[in-house]
Amino acid sequence: MSENRNIPPRWMNWLLELYCSKELLEDLQGDLHEYYARNLKKSRFKANAIFILDVIKFCRLYTIRKPKILGQMTFLNLMNNYFKTSARSLARNKLFSTINILGLAIAMSVGVLMITYISELLSFDTFHEKGDRIYRVQSTYSSISSPEPNDFASTSVFIGKKLKEEYSGFEKVLFMRRNFRADLNKGENTISIRGLYASREFFEVLSFGLVAGDPLTALSEPNSIVLTKKSAEKLFKDEEAIGQVVISGDQSYTVTGVAENLPKNSHIQFEALLSFVTLENRYADSETTTFFDWRSIWMNYVYLLLPEGQDPNVINGYLKDIAMVENAKTDRFKITHQVESLANLVPSQELSNQIGPSMSWTGIYQLVFLTLFVIVSACFNYTNLSIARSLRRAKEVGVRKVVGAGRYQIFTQFVFEAVIVALISVIISYGLFMLVKPFFMEIVIGSNDLITMNFQWVHVIYFIAFALFIGLIAGILPSLVLAKLKAISVFRDASSVKLMKGLNLRRVLIVLQFTMSIFLIIGSTIAYRQYKFALNFDMGFTTENVLNVSLQNNDSKILMTEMEKLPEVSKISRSGMIPNTGEIWGEEIKYKDPLDSADVFVNFVDKSYFSTHEFTFLAGGSFPYDQEDGDAKFVVVDELLLKRFSFESPQSAIGEVITVSRRLEDLKLEIVGVVNEFQYTKIHSESEPVALIQGTPEDYMHLNLVVKTNDVVAFMDKLEAIWAEVDRVHPFEAQFYDDLIQESYNAQATLFKIFGFLAFLAISIASMGLLGMAVFTTETRRKEISVRKVLGASMNNLMFILSKGFMAMLLVSALIAMPLSYLFFSEMVMADFVNRITIGPVELLSGVFIVFAIGILTIGWQTSRAAKTNPADMLRDE
Amino acid sequence: MKGTNLGEFEEIVLLTIASLMSDAYSVNIVDEIAEVTGRKTKLGVVHAVLNRLEKKGLILSELGEPTKERGGRRKRFFQISHAGKVSLMKAKEQRDRLWNNIPELVFQDIR
Repeated sequence: MSENRNIPPRWMNWLLELYCSKELLEDLQGDLHEYYARNLKKSRFKANAIFILDVIKFCRLYTIRKPKILGQMTFLNLMNNYFKTSARSLARNKLFSTINILGLAIAMSVGVLMITYISELLSFDTFHEKGDRIYRVQSTYSSISSPEPNDFASTSVFIGKKLKEEYSGFEKVLFMRRNFRADLNKGENTISIRGLYASREFFEVLSFGLVAGDPLTALSEPNSIVLTKKSAEKLFKDEEAIGQVVISGDQSYTVTGVAENLPKNSHIQFEALLSFVTLENRYADSETTTFFDWRSIWMNYVYLLLPEGQDPNVINGYLKDIAMVENAKTDRFKITHQVESLANLVPSQELSNQIGPSMSWTGIYQLVFLTLFVIVSACFNYTNLSIARSLRRAKEVGVRKVVGAGRYQIFTQFVFEAVIVALISVIISYGLFMLVKPFFMEIVIGSNDLITMNFQWVHVIYFIAFALFIGLIAGILPSLVLAKLKAISVFRDASSVKLMKGLNLRRVLIVLQFTMSIFLIIGSTIAYRQYKFALNFDMGFTTENVLNVSLQNNDSKILMTEMEKLPEVSKISRSGMIPNTGEIWGEEIKYKDPLDSADVFVNFVDKSYFSTHEFTFLAGGSFPYDQEDGDAKFVVVDELLLKRFSFESPQSAIGEVITVSRRLEDLKLEIVGVVNEFQYTKIHSESEPVALIQGTPEDYMHLNLVVKTNDVVAFMDKLEAIWAEVDRVHPFEAQFYDDLIQESYNAQATLFKIFGFLAFLAISIASMGLLGMAVFTTETRRKEISVRKVLGASMNNLMFILSKGFMAMLLVSALIAMPLSYLFFSEMVMADFVNRITIGPVELLSGVFIVFAIGILTIGWQTSRAAKTNPADMLRDE
Repeated sequence: MKGTNLGEFEEIVLLTIASLMSDAYSVNIVDEIAEVTGRKTKLGVVHAVLNRLEKKGLILSELGEPTKERGGRRKRFFQISHAGKVSLMKAKEQRDRLWNNIPELVFQDIR
């Protein structure tokens, strides 16, 4: 006990050990202990205090342990040496270096692409000064008819008001609403703009700057409008914009501000902002409006600016309380709210009703996942070839070890080499990236022009880090193998260190590579087939030669009469929406039982709609006349609706009356016709009953022209001329139905293209790897081949012997990839698709076939070359 | 030639090492200096000087045998090297010459 008490507490010792260099530590610590023992006679406290003080005082330049790197003066020399040997080794084996560098570069170009894309997405909305305190109220909605809860970026005005009026803990509550569209008139000039409604807090919460006008009051008065600089210049040319009055239909707005042109990296984009109070006033007097309802969560956005240090969970608590009270009032639907910080809006979780452009994390993960496939494959190449060739380097390692290199140093050397290769690759990959970029921009980003993918200096750091990472991943296995080599066995008998060690590992890696390639090829085949399937799907009506002209709020009657006169137009009709393009309109419909209502998809059409689209009637026919004013009277329904309301036969439904709740009125509609089931939704989602309701002029959004012409361009010019007479503001918009459908299945096309592209990369990388391995094997077995040849082996024999190992590996990958991709696509990706292709042997074998063909070509090329060599050349020296 | 001359404290430490003979290690040196000169030197200061002297090659050091004290840690014993001896002698010689140059009457005027 008393012995122990002479020693200072352990942690104090440790304090000294922390910094003191090894040579000085023992003696110094001894000295301090001696002093400690001496000071103990005074008091323990004093002794402790002096000890600590001394430890601190001893912390001088000469006592401090030198960092290892600085300590080894040889480090830089070694690096120099590593660099030289790496460069020589790369230069000596041109084929293998090319395969390694090119393979990595191809894969890394996709990585570089991802880095650029994701770093750009992450830069979204980082410019808001108060960004860390801005939160958005989001909604989750579920109802009886769709019990699966859905998340929405939008929310109700109700919840914003409630928070603002009854709760505290916010600095500002900002209201916004999307879909502000107007044609602004100023004298001769008219421009068509899209924007947002926003409350007065807009410029205080978000950091959008104003060129002119007062940010605090610009949006505080009704009918105040803020234009962006660009739109203001278009409308007013050189005139001062502030204070001008612009006309839009029967409304007039005063320009109270001009906003700086918007940064591209924001999820809030607008050409104009109209004060939110305008809307509030408009709806305040109406008794029937749902604007202020708890349920109206589809169009509005509420952003909160919290005070410094406020915990957003408190707000979530408030929202929960409010939801509890409100949800108790009805059991038909359930709404809950939660706040999300501005930083998590782009990229966001999966959300509907976004206020502006966004990208979900799921999409990003998918892209990253697919990219990793290719990158990992390229890393495997490096690993494989390096391990295979490790015998060539064994002597070098042996010499190094004899001279005194440790395992760690050998390991460092070969990782260093891999990193050099990766760094060279990343430079090449940037070139490839520039080639791939336009392709990527077109198919993945599409029409979204907010993503620029421009170079930024910070990317250089990311790219270098990326290269280091890839180098490490690719180099770690071969480095470990080489570091483990024993010098003595290398020198005693080089053949004893044969490549047997890494052989199984290499086989596994090759099999994995080809499994991935086959998987990607199968994926692209399936995506392509599904895409074609969707385009050629029998929709139950005809879309051929149907041209849809967007009305853009013009009078349908005038346009129709004018266009009908054209000789190329054989039939013409009007409709609200266009089925099978992703758009969905829904209403609640009741039959006899007032409590039994069905959610039904609807469209508003005129009487000739059925003939332009060649619908097949099971009973009855089209509407007797077109309703040009007043309410709709008739409806045509499809088979599913009959089933829903249990009609016995199509005939029995004719003349029956169903009720539609529209614009807060109950409309009684008489069924005049029944059509067979047709494709209203996109083909992979569930069909619901459809009602085609007699349209009234305000329902129509499109003209449907059946066109017969050989000269589409000239015909379009004629249409455009007619259009220009009626509407001078909006550009003419028309598209053939088939093109529209094709566009709406772009997602499938994109999927196919991405899969196809990655499959192409993966297969090129994998076959490069295979080529490398084939070259290597034939090289190492040259003598064996020669001996066999001398003994009378035929060419075919030799090729079989040389390639059977590879063929077995390909076979194994095929056996793994086929069931795997079947499960993945059939059970996961397309599990929810209602109409889909069946994945059969054709799709599955396509990938296998392609990979086998490429594999056989690669191996065959090498083995035949080896088999053709003259054995005399080889064995002459033996 | 600043480097070849000894500092005052360096000289004291060197002399102390010489006088302690085979028993010169850091704690002992501090104690001895305190006893002879009456200066309360800190271990850290002496340690730094020892380190410096060793770098200049004026002293040599080696670790002794472990003992029971100091938690079993070995002491580092110092002894004067040849260079150390030379520079001490030189310092003494310089001083002697200076002393010799002073006529006795100089001190007579100073009380």
